[in-house]
Amino acid sequence: MKTLRLRQIASARSGDKGNRLNIALVCRDPAHYDAIAAQVTAERVAEIFAARKPTRVVRYDLPKLHAFNFVLDDVLEGGVNSSLGLDGHGKALSFLLLDIAINIPVDQPSPLRIAAAKSD
Amino acid sequence: MNGPVYHGLPRADGEWWMASTVFIGVGAGFAGDRTDAAGPVVDALATAQGPRFLMYETLAERTLALAQLDRRRNAKGGYSPALDRFIAPVLAHCLDREIRIIGNFGAANPRAAAERILALARELGLAAPRVAVVEGDDLAGLLSPRELADREVDGKILHGVSDIIAANLYLGAAPIALALDQGADVVVTGRIADSALALGPLIHAFGWRADSWDLLAAGTLAGHLLECGAQVTGGYFADPGFKNVPRMADIGYPIAEISSAGDIVIAKPPGTGGRVDRLTVTEQLLYEIHDPSAYLAPDVVLDLTEVAIEDAGGDRVRIFGARGKPAPETLKATVCIDAGILGEAEISYAGPNAAARARLAAETILERMHKRAPNLSFRVDAIGAVSILGDSNGALRHPWNEDVSDIRLRFAAQSSDVADVELLLDEVEALYCAGPAGGAGVRRRTTPRLASASCLIERKFAKPRVTMLGGAA
Repeated sequence: MKTLRLRQIASARSGDKGNRLNIALVCRDPAHYDAIAAQVTAERVAEIFAARKPTRVVRYDLPKLHAFNFVLDDVLEGGVNSSLGLDGHGKALSFLLLDIAINIPVDQPSPLRIAAAKSD
Repeated sequence: MNGPVYHGLPRADGEWWMASTVFIGVGAGFAGDRTDAAGPVVDALATAQGPRFLMYETLAERTLALAQLDRRRNAKGGYSPALDRFIAPVLAHCLDREIRIIGNFGAANPRAAAERILALARELGLAAPRVAVVEGDDLAGLLSPRELADREVDGKILHGVSDIIAANLYLGAAPIALALDQGADVVVTGRIADSALALGPLIHAFGWRADSWDLLAAGTLAGHLLECGAQVTGGYFADPGFKNVPRMADIGYPIAEISSAGDIVIAKPPGTGGRVDRLTVTEQLLYEIHDPSAYLAPDVVLDLTEVAIEDAGGDRVRIFGARGKPAPETLKATVCIDAGILGEAEISYAGPNAAARARLAAETILERMHKRAPNLSFRVDAIGAVSILGDSNGALRHPWNEDVSDIRLRFAAQSSDVADVELLLDEVEALYCAGPAGGAGVRRRTTPRLASASCLIERKFAKPRVTMLGGAA
């Protein structure tokens, strides 16, 4: 096993509807689908967002799209029209999810090289 | 060839096109979108072989309520204030190349927007286009505040409210298709399902039936992929080193090519920046989706679970496999009410011990507001230390990163009691002279606040009307 950050093997986007947030999580390589399915559970996502006190977290699996859709209820302080926070849409929140650790088998494809942006 | 019989859009020479592919480009994906995005899209559409359309989605929940307030003040107002900036650059080219424009920029007053488009055409020296007005989304006068409250989805926002600012149904695609059948060059709507802006032209061009659920689902999916403009072509996506997007400053807005069988290709104009591939399309496919097996639209329930994506390379992605189920029995409406004002004030602390000085400032405000306006609750953010990803109770209850040497404190409150909100802003400003050392750069502002609620409305209240203005006299 090797431990990576989720963002090295997946991409995510958040969207809002009222006080509900969804985060789409997409595998960069379909080979990582099972590892993410096993480790990025609805329960774990509820823990990551515990500070926002979700009343319900549901994960929908989309194997044909190599993706997952997380839906978190009541985490946007009432939503964009009533939140006092700067990010009433929750647009930045996908990055909280992408920062978690994930284990993948060593024989799985190498993750994206993240040094690409650095000029070393 | 087992294609459909093409209906609508007879050409000037009397021939009827047999449409096998329809092209729909996006001119704007939200009210604040780039106003020069449509140019390259129109240039590309102009060379497309088939019926072609340009859609504008510029109507957020709050935008419509603000437009209603505008209309109350001015009977000729209430449509998108950016209407001219969005369509003036491309109107002549669209009319010349038979690229038909569909937009919800009519907001609270589609008729006034249509009249403005006719005036704009005159100012540009163009022959009067046929501009269709779609109305019937406005529930004012049809349902009382009490009746709306009874139909609110799991909320209490409307309970006991006597004044509604805006109550608008999400109409379906039928009135757009009808307007195009009647020969509209431009279709102006108010509230309508965003995806209907694409589904309407497809129903018109292919003659899809009202119970062809899989086809209606495919058209709804096309609209869903298009409705946020650049979000499917590399916008809201770039993460340097992880997800690079070429030439963000010139990002190309999407063009969908949809077949009569409901296959979708998402592409972008040649020579533009941006990126269309499996990742950009999949992220947008699931954007603002809840249960992927049941995305509710006025015309169909879209099931995304069997959708597949094929990256064709060259910034072209094929999407297929949308499934449809019969349309929901009720329609969604958004209802907006007055919710007082939002006040925000900010002050910065920088350099050694900045975090301690910022914390002292926040505690000072807390103590003074507790004495002077005890009923006003407010939020504090320490931008640079904790603001976005912290606890939703704000910075005061969250551990700060004490090493941060550049912090901007932000205070925010919302209330119908304007004096209380102004007092908070006054208190922040007073930190200049009476607060901790080095307090800098106070900015303060208030904005009107509108709360919005979702209601489910019986279909009998939806009576869309299409009126044609302009055209040859």
